[in-house]
Amino acid sequence: MILAKVVGNIVATQKNVRYENARLMLCEQITPEGDATGHTILALDAVDAGVGDTVLVVQEGWSASTVATGKAGAAIDSAIVGVVDYIDLLEDQTR
Amino acid sequence: MQLARVIGTVVATVKNDSLEGRKLLIIQSLNKNLDAQGKPMVAIDSVGAGVGELVFWCRGKEASFPFKREDTPTDCTIVGIVDSDKHVSRQ
Repeated sequence: MILAKVVGNIVATQKNVRYENARLMLCEQITPEGDATGHTILALDAVDAGVGDTVLVVQEGWSASTVATGKAGAAIDSAIVGVVDYIDLLEDQTR
Repeated sequence: MQLARVIGTVVATVKNDSLEGRKLLIIQSLNKNLDAQGKPMVAIDSVGAGVGELVFWCRGKEASFPFKREDTPTDCTIVGIVDSDKHVSRQ
């Protein structure tokens, strides 16, 4: 899973049938410190995340399509599976 | 999935039988500001996308799921067309 910040969403009328009724969120990957990496991905929302939330994004197809649509075997490779409350990090990460 | 712009088409006469009739498009992935992100790649189309359109694509094994998944060799498939650039809302 990766950490990401939800920065928006997109609207698509013409899409794969398995994306019906799903929210497609624009997410920017972040480091554990909260800095943006500059890499943007799209993920289906499975937890009612909103813009500005720090989220957990799973990037494995079986898990992503199961959690986002209730059934495996869809052309879905990423889904938001959690909203992060906080992250605790060791200050000296070499220890 | 990632956002991308369709920037070209690919024509290949000799190809795996399971790719017969499939449209091959060149896509450039985009970031949230719709600027290029990474290198262009070749995608199979599953939704009727065309050059110039803003689309989103799926990577990996799941990319073959819109087709007969046992025999379509792809790791990059266009699975949706974004209605317009204005339909990408962001902060």
